[in-house]
This record gives sequence, C-alpha cells and structure tokens, in this order.
Amino acid sequence: MAQVADTAQKYMGGGVLRKEDPELLTGRARYIDDISMPGMLWVGIVRSPFAHATINTVDTSRAANLPGVRAAYSGADLASEWADGLPCAWPVTEDIKIPKHWPVAQDKARFAGDPVAVVVAETRAQAADATEAVDVDYDPLDVVIDMEAALGDGATKVHDEFDSNSCYVWNLEVGDVDDVFNNAAVVVKERYYHPRLIPNAIEPRGVVCQPNLPQGEFILYSATQVPHILKTTLALTLGMPEQKLRVIAPEVGGGFGSKLNVYAEEAICVAVGRRLGMPVKWIEERSEGYLATIHGRDVIQEMEVAADSDGKLAGVRANLKADMGAYLQLVTPGIPILGAFLYHGVYDCQAYSFTCTGVFTNKTPTDAYRGAGRPEATYAVERIMDSLARKLEKDPIEIRRLNFIEPFNEAREVASGLSFDSGNYEASLDKALEAFGYDEMRAEQQRRRDSGDTKQLGIGISTYIEMCGLAPSQVLGSLRYAAGGWDAATIRCHPTGKVTVVTGTSPHGQGHVTSWSQIVADELGVAFEDVEVLHGDTAISPLGMDTYGSRSLSVGGIALHYAADKIITKAKTIAAHELEVSEEDLEYDGGIFSVKGAPDKSKTVAEIAFSAWTAHNLPEGTEPGLEATYVFDPPNFTFPSGAHLCAVEVDTETGMTRVEKYVAVDDCGNVINPAIVEGQVHGGIAQGIAEAMYEEAVYDDNGVLMTSSMASYRVPSAAELPSFQTDRTETPSTTNPLGVKGIGEAGTIAAPPAVVNATLDALAPMGVYHMDMPVSPERVWAAIRNARGQEVESRGKDTTAAGSGLGSADTPGGDA
Amino acid sequence: MIPASFEYERADSSDHALELLDRHGEEAKLLAGGHSLLPMMRLRLATPAVLIDVGRLTDLSYVRDDGDAIAIGALTCHEDIKDSDVLKQHCGIVAHTAGEVGDPQVRHLGTIGGSIAHGDPASDLPTVMLALDAQFVVRSSGGGRTLAASNFFSGLFETALEPTNLLTEVRVPKLSGGWSYQKFHHRAQDWAIVGVAAVQHNGGAAVALTNMSDVPMRAAGVEQALASGSDAATAATEAAQNTSPPSDPFGSAEYRRDLAKVLTRRALQEAMSS
Repeated sequence: MAQVADTAQKYMGGGVLRKEDPELLTGRARYIDDISMPGMLWVGIVRSPFAHATINTVDTSRAANLPGVRAAYSGADLASEWADGLPCAWPVTEDIKIPKHWPVAQDKARFAGDPVAVVVAETRAQAADATEAVDVDYDPLDVVIDMEAALGDGATKVHDEFDSNSCYVWNLEVGDVDDVFNNAAVVVKERYYHPRLIPNAIEPRGVVCQPNLPQGEFILYSATQVPHILKTTLALTLGMPEQKLRVIAPEVGGGFGSKLNVYAEEAICVAVGRRLGMPVKWIEERSEGYLATIHGRDVIQEMEVAADSDGKLAGVRANLKADMGAYLQLVTPGIPILGAFLYHGVYDCQAYSFTCTGVFTNKTPTDAYRGAGRPEATYAVERIMDSLARKLEKDPIEIRRLNFIEPFNEAREVASGLSFDSGNYEASLDKALEAFGYDEMRAEQQRRRDSGDTKQLGIGISTYIEMCGLAPSQVLGSLRYAAGGWDAATIRCHPTGKVTVVTGTSPHGQGHVTSWSQIVADELGVAFEDVEVLHGDTAISPLGMDTYGSRSLSVGGIALHYAADKIITKAKTIAAHELEVSEEDLEYDGGIFSVKGAPDKSKTVAEIAFSAWTAHNLPEGTEPGLEATYVFDPPNFTFPSGAHLCAVEVDTETGMTRVEKYVAVDDCGNVINPAIVEGQVHGGIAQGIAEAMYEEAVYDDNGVLMTSSMASYRVPSAAELPSFQTDRTETPSTTNPLGVKGIGEAGTIAAPPAVVNATLDALAPMGVYHMDMPVSPERVWAAIRNARGQEVESRGKDTTAAGSGLGSADTPGGDA
Repeated sequence: MIPASFEYERADSSDHALELLDRHGEEAKLLAGGHSLLPMMRLRLATPAVLIDVGRLTDLSYVRDDGDAIAIGALTCHEDIKDSDVLKQHCGIVAHTAGEVGDPQVRHLGTIGGSIAHGDPASDLPTVMLALDAQFVVRSSGGGRTLAASNFFSGLFETALEPTNLLTEVRVPKLSGGWSYQKFHHRAQDWAIVGVAAVQHNGGAAVALTNMSDVPMRAAGVEQALASGSDAATAATEAAQNTSPPSDPFGSAEYRRDLAKVLTRRALQEAMSS
C-alpha cells in the first residue's frame, strides 16, 4: 500500500481552477427546481401558525374544490403511509427521550411551522392558494420557549409522554475535577448564550419524487447533502424496500448542515407520489424555510477554568444546555457532543469535565450548522482565556503562549481523552501576529484611548482547534451514533485511457470534482481533464456516507487515494507480465511503470487499462478490467487549527461596530487545492462574523419567529465585511497518508470569539466585560450605558449588564 | 413567497394609466419599480386584484433644472438620481440619499415616486422631501394638483394620494446652504433604524426624522431650539421630542430615541460646516 504517496505532484497543491464552475456559475447546471416531468403535480404544506396547539379538526374540503387541486390530506389521512416516524440517528444516551416525529402532525402542533396538512395541485400557485384554504381548528396551548423555563418545575411539556422537557444529560469527566478546582489559585467562571441561527443556504430545499410504477420503484430527487443516509432512513420511515428507493442529489446550492437531514417534506413527497402514482414536486419558499429547515446553535454555556497564579491552566469545566427544539431531527442530540472534547482548546490541562443537557422547547428543531458543536466549544475557551488574561492583567497573547500544547508531529493524547493528530499552534500565531501588525495596532488603540476618541479600537484573538473528518466508525459507535464514518471511492479506468471516479461524498459547492480529479490525475498519471467524477446518485454510487463535518477530503479523498493504490497494484502485475520482468524490477512514477535500469522499457496506466480490457494476455488468475473500489474507515479524526486576529472599531455613541481588519492563519495540513481552501476560509469567516455581529433568530413569547425573513434576520453582505488577509501553516495530519485535515468549517469556528473578544477589548476600559452574540449596535450601546450606570429598559435577552459574565464565582477556589 | 393571483395591465402613457386607474379604482395598485409592493404581495400582505404597470413611462424619468426648483420625474430610479449632476449641484441631499437606498439592484429599479407614494416611515427619501418642503405634482383624469410634502404623509403606508391619482413629478428647491443625511443602519441594504435629514436653506434650518413615528416627521423641537439661538449640540437633545418610534429586532424605541439625538447632532454639525 501507499505506493503512490511519493509520486510526482503535478496538480495536487497547485492553483487549479474549479472545473465544475462554468456550469454552476452560468446557470447550466441542474438544480432541484430545474427538474420537471410530464404530469408532475405540486405539493404545498399547511403549517401551524401556533407554536403549541391541539389540532381539533382539519377540514380540507374547501381546498379540495379549488381549481387544479388533486388532493388534500390531513395528518390523519396520511398516517397509514408511515411505518415509523422521521429518524433520529444519534441517541446520545441510553435513556434519551426520543419523541415520535410524524412527517405531518396528527394530534398536536409543537412548533410554528409544524406541518399539519398537505395539498397537491397542478401548479405551484394553485398549491399555494390551496394551502390557504385548508381550515384547521386549533386550541392553542401554553408554550415553552426559554430552555431554563422549560426545565423548571411544572413547565408546560412539549411531549406529554415524557416526565419533563429534559431530553438527555450527557457527561464526560477526566481527572479529579473538583480537587483541581478547589485547590486552584484562580478560577474564572462565565456564562455565554450562543444564539439560535438560521442556516440560509442560497438554494432553498426542494424535492421531486418520480414513481416508476411497473418496477415498483421510486426515484427521489432532493436538494440534500446526504443521499445515501436519506435512502436508508427514509425506506424505514416509509416502510419501503430499500432497494426500491433511489435517491439523487442533483447539483445542490449550499447546505451548511441544513441539508444534512431527513425532512418531513422528503417523506411526504414519496408518500404522496406513492399514493397518486404521479410525479410530485415541492420547492421550499424562503419564508417557509425559516420555519421548517433546521436551525443551529441555541446553547447556554457555563464555562469555568482553574489556573495557577501565572495563568497556567489546571482544569476546565463546561456545563451546557442545548435547545433541541420541538423534535429530534437526524443528529440533533449529538451536535453538542461534537464539541464535547474540545473545551480545553489548544491548551494543556489535567482535569476536564463536560456536561450537556438537551432540552425540548416549542421551537424549530436544531441540528448541524457549519461547525456544529465546535464553534460553541471554541467560543467558550477563547472567551474565557481572555477573561483569565484580564483577571491576571496579562496580554491575551501571553496567556495563550503560556498554555499552548508544544508542537508535535505524532498523535498525542490530550486531557479530554482524544488523540490530536498533529499541531503547531505557536507557528500559526506568530505568522498571524506579524501579518496583523499587532504592536502597531496596540499603539493605535492606546492613542484612541488616550484622546477619548468616540471611535474606539479593539483587538481580538482566537487560537482555535477543531475536530473533523467524521469519523472512525468504532468511535462513532461508542458515542451511540447509528451509522459508520467510512467513505468509499471507485476508480474505473476506461480502455481509451480516460477515468471515471465514483465517490460516496456528495458535494454541494465544495469542489470535489476538481479536488478528486487532481488526486487521480497525479496518482495515475492521467490528464486532469480526462477524469470524470460522479456523485450524488445512490444507483451510480451505492456506497457512501455523504458530505458534512469537513469529512470529504480526509475520508472520501483518502478512499480515492487507496483506490488508486489498488489500481496501481493490479496494473503493476499486468505491466510486469507484459514487460516480462518481475514486479520488484518495476518502478512507478506519475502513471508510468518502467524497468529499473532500463527506463525505455515501460508501460503507462492507460496502456495497461487497454490490455486489461482486451484481456488477451493477462497473468494467470487476473480478472479482466481495471477498476477498483476502496472503502476507507479513518483511524482518527483530524484536528485543524490556526490563529485568527480581528480589529473592530466601535462607535461609542451609537454602538455601531465594524470589523476593520481580519487576519486568518489556518493550518489544515497538506493542501490539495489552495484556491478552494481560500474560498472555504473566506466564506467561513464571513459566516462567523455574521454569527458574532449580525444574525440571531428571535422568538416572541408566543413562539412566533420574529426574524422571519431576510429583511429582519440579518445575513450580512460583502458591504459589511473587510477584505480578509489569509495565510497558512502546514502541519501534516498523521491520520491519513495525504496528511490532509479539513477546512470547511474552520472560519466559522474561529471567527466568533475573535470578533467578540475584539469588541470587549475595545469596551473594557469603560467597564464592559461581557456581551452575548450578536454584538449588534443596540447591544453595544446598551452595554456602554449600563457600564456608565445609565438604566436601559429590559428587552429580554438583549440586556447585557456589565460584569454579569465575570460574576459570582470568579474568586479563587469558588464553589460554583 | 407566491403572490395571490392578480390581473396585470401595462400603461403606455400617463393618460392610459389614469384611464386604467379610473376603470379599476380601489382594486388596483400602481407598479413602478416594485421593490416595496412586490415583497408585500409575495408575503400576501398585499393582495391587489389588478396591477397597473407604469414602469415603462420613460417620459416620467428625468431630472430638470426648472428655474427656482429642480423637477424630478416620478419614475426616475434612485441610481439616476444619485448620479444627477443637476441635483448634486443644487440639492445634493437628494442625490446623496438616493445612493443610500437599498443596494445597487434596488437602486436601478426602485423609483423616487414609488418610494414617496408607498408612505413607508422607514424610507429615506420621504424624510428628505419633508425637510426640503418638497412639492408633489399629482394627476388624475379630472386634472392636476400640487401637494406639499408637509401635508402628504398621513399614516403608516398612507398618503394624501387618492386611488385614482398618479404622482408624476417631485419638485425640490435649490438649496442655499449645507445639508446632511445621517442614515443609521446595521447592514448597507437595510432600511434606516433611524435617519436624520438636516438642511440649511434661506437662513433657517430644517430637520426631519426617518422611522421615529408612523410617518416621516419634522423635529420641531430641534428646529425651535435652533431658531431661538441654541447651538447644534444643545438643539439636538430635543430630537426625540414627540416621537413614537417602533420597537423591533433592529432596535428598541429607547435606543432609537437616543440615536435620533446623536444623529441629529452629527447631521446639524455636518450641514452647518458645509
């Protein structure tokens, strides 16, 4: 194995342009809404306007009589379609409460947006009209919106069948945590609220179901990240033989985790297609997506560190409450667990404790959103490191350097029990500080402080780590995840020398077609243009675990690398046979087998592909054809890291805060395509700044989503963002032979604490030590007023009293 | 995001538009750039039975020096107003503020007439019109009339326009003094959380506020303080007087009142220094 690792790299690491982009950017690529079929009907979903209500009656008669309407169904009408509820594949504890989640609610609606009826019409507009003509009689019930209230005695229950709204409690404890905290010189404890976020992929969700009745087969087209997972789980929900269901993800316009799911509308469209025997289509409206596509984050974190008097960390204790929403979607309970092992960040310590309580509320279910668990952990660690530095009157850079894990090139175990693959945290910080001009920025900050400028400057640091490359299947099993973490690749060498790659990953903007072509072109010595990459169709690519969690390159890409190895191994046998030498006498480089000492005697992989196809002269026992499949199960996660530095300017009169400068030095190991890495970093930082400063899903007391459109839910644009300065260090991963880590989520993980730390750094001289995200102008304004002792009327979560974070338990040996 | 069904009529001329308005009466809405009306229709907050598209009446797209005043055709898009040399020279606040509306796509389709006729208190141009004492030329099949901006905005999305009226022209003065429009918004494309227009004209100062009530409003307290000799900073402390700003996820009423004072001070200082 690993015969190709040293082969000449012509494409890998180079600035290759994305080969899929001309199609994607000019509108020629086929997305879900481009799919149309003869006789196709449109599905419309009637959704509960109430966050919690008993459904008394659903009267579809008025809707059914509208022009073009073919059918209208209540939840009860469709109940016989389901063999089971929608799947939750990550029951994180043995005693977790998993409510039955029917695709269409039958007795109660449990969040505003819960489907309560389905209409089917000849046109999209007719379906939209028909949804308004379904008469549903509700009895509104009390709602629970706030997690802490939901856990209180006598709280209204989201699910009557359970004794409380506590879904699960998950623990991890390493070392004698109490002892470490009781004997520490310094303890800092803070409370952070991580706001609820709406993913906003540029392409809304959509589904087309095509029944193929003579074969009893159904083709489900869906704008999904996970066609393979969808096929298996939906077959169970629908009571359909899995071999009769084929799932196709056409080109997909972004996901950020929101399309890593199995949704009601996917089940509904197959059920309706099955019932009517006609193709049906549903395309999500943006305002509908705000209610019915999963949300992200919504986590309360109590974060605590124990340190010696120099600031050297001894222990970490994190206690989370995570909002599940009204139901458990595919991996809802597991999201906080993806961060559970990272609450010491890139720092050493001896004792480690993590607890998370999952909580049901009458809100849209949460699930994976870019970063998933790791932004929460990174935010908690990087915020509290700044607070520790402030408490000890040290520079935040100094406190980080003091605590960094030393550079390492072999996997090493850390306090939480994980084994980090490789790391050099000093290197990326040094590079970032230089690019940022740290000392000059500090000098400028001091000038503004001294002159009492209304525009103050703040500097924030985030030296982050994350874990990705999901995942070793055994580890997933030990965490009670229902599936494996492997992925698969097939390489098919055609007799003409061209190559088809079949991948189990499911790109939705990442550029796998390009990166996979680079790997195969280098390893098999074929032209980049001659590699075709097929993906996203369970009939073409039967083996796969899809794309999420920055896993595609470090799992699917490695499967491809090993498949190339298998091709070369077989080709070498044939080449040796044809050249009449032993295999040991052959050298391989860049697609050419040559005889050692006689380089003119050689064969290319393309030539061998042809002779393998003709099969006229193969060695004894060799199968004709040159094709190989490899399924790779990674031995470990990968752990990308880096240093992000941010400068913000705060208008202290209005609260307006803007990012003035942003430097990111990321380490994702070896790089296959620098332009793709750069794109991921830019998009990730933008999304992280959005989280830190702009976006928050806000509900009113009745559970109605107030930020229900892009006009009020503030996704920033390029106009709000500075030009990012990016650079890299490269510490190869020890988890895989290409030494690659992952970069899809790094920016989103790193940026929020850098931005908030910068904002607090600007305001600290005014006595503001804590704010929750997003640090919107109003929040900043209110924090300044509070610090000056001016009253601000309470506005729920918007109140950010100065010092409330550096609160009660920050005394040495505090017993919080 | 699918509007309810409606009939669509395209007007070939102002006369044709008036004829269609007479025919369809209150059932109809005029469609210009569509950047306010269409989103409301897509959310089914507006369900007009008929849309009368006046978007192709190119004869109502102009900016002209008209002696004492500048005449702006109601269907002039924000981008053209932003780039108008005549406005930049004689009434720069209008050109500047048009450039603050939405984003480039909105500015290339949205029109000044549409913005004014929509009567949204969060829009920028109505506030500027109020500060300028602008005049609005309105036609109906029975003839024409001219309305003062001060009598035009009557409530949330309500104006003095009758269902059969067509706003054809906006007339603004040639300013003799400085001006400023302070738009405070979180994202470039957002409506103003608060906006303040200040103009100096004929020896006096006018100040008007965006999104501080259900209509654009003059900051009378500020204007009185200035008239009685207060400096900008002192006068600006009166900016929240008699306001009734909304509370929404962008800002509480309390925040908006404080912003109005800060922004008024800044607007006055800029207007007085230019």
